[in-house]
Amino acid sequence: MNIVVCVKQVPDTEAPIRITPDGSGIDETGLTLVMNYYDEHATEAGLRLREQFGGTVTLVSVGPERAREALRTGLAMGADDAVLVSDPALNGADHLGIARVLAAVIKTLPHDAVICGKLSTDDNAATIGAALAEYLGLPQATAVAHLEVDAAGTGAVVHREVEGGVEVVAVPFPALLTVERSLNEPRYPSLPGIMKAKRKEIKILTLENLGLTAAEVGVAAARTALVRLSPPPARKAGRIVEGDTEQAVAAILAFLKDEAKVL
Amino acid sequence: MDFQLTDEHRMIQATVREFATREILPRAAALDHSPTFPAEIIQKAAALGLMGMMVPERFGGAGVDAVSYVLVQEELARASAGVQTIITVNNSLVCDPIAHFGTEEQKRRYLPRLCSGASLGCYCLTEPAYGSDAMSLQTSARRDGGEWVLRGTKIFVTNGVEADICIAYARAGPEPGARGISAFIVEKRFPGISVGKVEKKLGIKCSSTAEIVLDDCRVPASNLLGEPGTGGKIALSTLDGGRLGIAAQAVGIARAALEEATAYAASRQQFGRSIGEFQAIQWMLADMATRTDAARLLMLRAAYLRQQGTRYTREASMAKLFASETAMWTTHKAIQIFGGYGYIQDYPVERYFRDAKITEIYEGTSEVQRLVIARHVLGKNVIGDA
Amino acid sequence: MTMGADIWVYIEHAQAAPKKVSLELLSCARSLSTALGGNVVAFVPGSKIDRVIAAVGPRGADIIYTAEHPLLDTYTTDGHAAVLADAVRAESPAIVLVGSTAQGRDLAPRVAARLGAGIVTDCTTLGWRDGKLLATRPMYTRKAIGTVRVTGGGPCIAVVLPAMYPLPDADSPRQPEVRRRPVQLDGKAIRTSVREVKSVHRETIPLIEANVIVSGGRGMKAPENFAILDDLARALGAAVGSSRPPVDSGWVPHDYEIGQTGKTVSPQVYLACGISGAPQHLAGMSGSKYIVAINKDPNAPMFQVADLGVVGDLFEIIPKLTEAVKKVKSGIGD
Repeated sequence: MNIVVCVKQVPDTEAPIRITPDGSGIDETGLTLVMNYYDEHATEAGLRLREQFGGTVTLVSVGPERAREALRTGLAMGADDAVLVSDPALNGADHLGIARVLAAVIKTLPHDAVICGKLSTDDNAATIGAALAEYLGLPQATAVAHLEVDAAGTGAVVHREVEGGVEVVAVPFPALLTVERSLNEPRYPSLPGIMKAKRKEIKILTLENLGLTAAEVGVAAARTALVRLSPPPARKAGRIVEGDTEQAVAAILAFLKDEAKVL
Repeated sequence: MDFQLTDEHRMIQATVREFATREILPRAAALDHSPTFPAEIIQKAAALGLMGMMVPERFGGAGVDAVSYVLVQEELARASAGVQTIITVNNSLVCDPIAHFGTEEQKRRYLPRLCSGASLGCYCLTEPAYGSDAMSLQTSARRDGGEWVLRGTKIFVTNGVEADICIAYARAGPEPGARGISAFIVEKRFPGISVGKVEKKLGIKCSSTAEIVLDDCRVPASNLLGEPGTGGKIALSTLDGGRLGIAAQAVGIARAALEEATAYAASRQQFGRSIGEFQAIQWMLADMATRTDAARLLMLRAAYLRQQGTRYTREASMAKLFASETAMWTTHKAIQIFGGYGYIQDYPVERYFRDAKITEIYEGTSEVQRLVIARHVLGKNVIGDA
Repeated sequence: MTMGADIWVYIEHAQAAPKKVSLELLSCARSLSTALGGNVVAFVPGSKIDRVIAAVGPRGADIIYTAEHPLLDTYTTDGHAAVLADAVRAESPAIVLVGSTAQGRDLAPRVAARLGAGIVTDCTTLGWRDGKLLATRPMYTRKAIGTVRVTGGGPCIAVVLPAMYPLPDADSPRQPEVRRRPVQLDGKAIRTSVREVKSVHRETIPLIEANVIVSGGRGMKAPENFAILDDLARALGAAVGSSRPPVDSGWVPHDYEIGQTGKTVSPQVYLACGISGAPQHLAGMSGSKYIVAINKDPNAPMFQVADLGVVGDLFEIIPKLTEAVKKVKSGIGD
């Protein structure tokens, strides 16, 4: 089975972020950059499919040159090779533009399953997966929490978490899936895996290699633009109660009744 | 001079940091308060390739360099010095000598299982009467047909309870001192080997420390490690690598103490402000940070020399000496910064303090390290060269 | 495509009732329509949707477009994307609002790609400024708020979070015109099929839907102590969650976890018990309307975000609080 996994490099969510003084974005100095953790789950899903059916797992990413590091993580987990589209003309591209670039790459690769993380933790947009499925003309299943591919590899039954329950959906392959974190436990890159990743290929492409122009997918084509990034509104300082248990209980009770109005 | 870690180093360090934080750290306190062998963690570590890190890939190891090794050991020790002890002994004191001095057949027979987690190794050198003066050890080995018969008692054997493969040193020849000693690979299933007393320790509690009794233990001749009479040389060479692992252990413990103390100083309020604003605390943290960085740099230098193929005895000794004394000092200060809370087992710093002490003792006490270093400084042969 | 000025609301529905978020978006559409001057249009796809139409009717839409077809009885990406995209192409609304549900998030980006529409998701507020749609949305796991402008010609699709806009009263004087759009759908074009929808009957309320959450952290000290939180939650009609340390220590299952590596919740009240308030946890619950923190450590960072902070022993306080709540609920006492 030929599996393609889309990967994005994002700031480590464990670390605080600093917004630039002009609010145009985040300050990247000293930032630890990692593979978006949803994409770790996507990569793990791809590796398990390869274990089940044989074949290859190819990682694809769009980003600056440093995104190679995130691809190396996936290669160290066990993916076979990787493609990075890196082109300054993509600065300011919107999600549809990026999805079109990914589609252009993936169309050149044999693909039975295209797997994406449900969202990336920098913009939390959850947009590229379904848009990519549209550009590739593939059936889709988003927010997959459970995946069972039939023995012949012709399709899958997935569970999607929906409000109040679980939707069980049959999807024929080739298909695009976006995955939830509850789908699997991603493997750590093993040390031998990290050493082997050194010898695996990361192909770097530009828009020109894909026959795309900046006008088609770059900032000129973008339909959304970030106007400003601001810190979240500070919560107003509350009050602290110190005292004996009776006083504490009374204060909480009064708060729940009179202020929060849940009693 | 390039102080940068390579991409591989950083990826290895990040992976193991993540592993240690998620798999080891949450269990570290429990492993100290109610010590049990962390079998599940060790299996996961083996799956990551951590049990035979520098063993060549063709024998099932990860084939990483010495700098990677110490970076990994530091990350593991930061999470739990006890867990890291189990792992570093398997790497430095068992895989290493087999990889360097073993025959092709011995390497093929033992290294893959030691790397995969199927087997665990231990190191039997110290005896009740011979600690620092290890080269005077008295466990005997006599040849009987196609076997060696070993007799003696070994103590303070890390992993003694759980290990199935032991590197054991015995006096096989008539020469006194190092030149009469040979090294053997002894499996627990051989007749005549048993586990004796299991020690209760101040720290690193989840790693077992046991007595190994060799009571006419029969070892096939093919399990002699290296040439007869080279046991002393093997022991000393192995100790260089072992000291790298302990230096890294000490750096990890020191860093854990520094990180906890720093976080506490930033949040603990007293006299209307955080205690981190008081100069007394700032100076302690500054010294802790400086010494820990210095210890790490000594550790990295020694590792670097090893992977260049250069003799690194002096540098390994310096790293182990300085790092262990730094770990003691830093953990001591960390408790002070925590004040009363530092004395209480709900907080990790008292465990770091107890774990740190052993680093000044095993794999060569600080006194022995000073003798080794002085010999290099003065250029004289003070303890017999092996 | 020349753009009109209408604002559409995609009405998601189940069991013959519109989803609450879809109705909330009718309020959002109404406030945008004052700026744009167009109609508020409710778009209702499905099969046998008369009761849905009746429920939507009094909530303030000017027009209801329906797209009825038996193949739309259950949601599928292919079926619903086809009818929505066709309708938008035909009628050229300025904006299409979609509720941020599993369905909405599955559908909206697909339709946006098909139409080349601007799309912004997870919106918390929407406004119309200088002829453009402006949206605010959380970013960087809630560590920042982004203000995004949708530019260019053509429709915009905004996927909006629940509970951001008020539910309109069901007493609008407007009598919406119902326009039933003809639908052509080929069964072969619908490639996925829903085998079943399992309603998960849980004894406890799911965290993401709970109005009140009682949550425990490392300060609970042991797994059995979560029982006192269960008791309080039962008395309050609340859900029980936790920060990460109890999950890592195996005290509670992973689906209890609230925070960066767990769930994001925004209840009316979040009661944090023995939780220090690390940033990774705050990322998951800082959207709560009211936060009450109980911790014996007065330096716990949680006190900096709590509306009411109680420094004390939760093992004393919680059981007594449970008793007091039970008394209030049964009408005894204050």
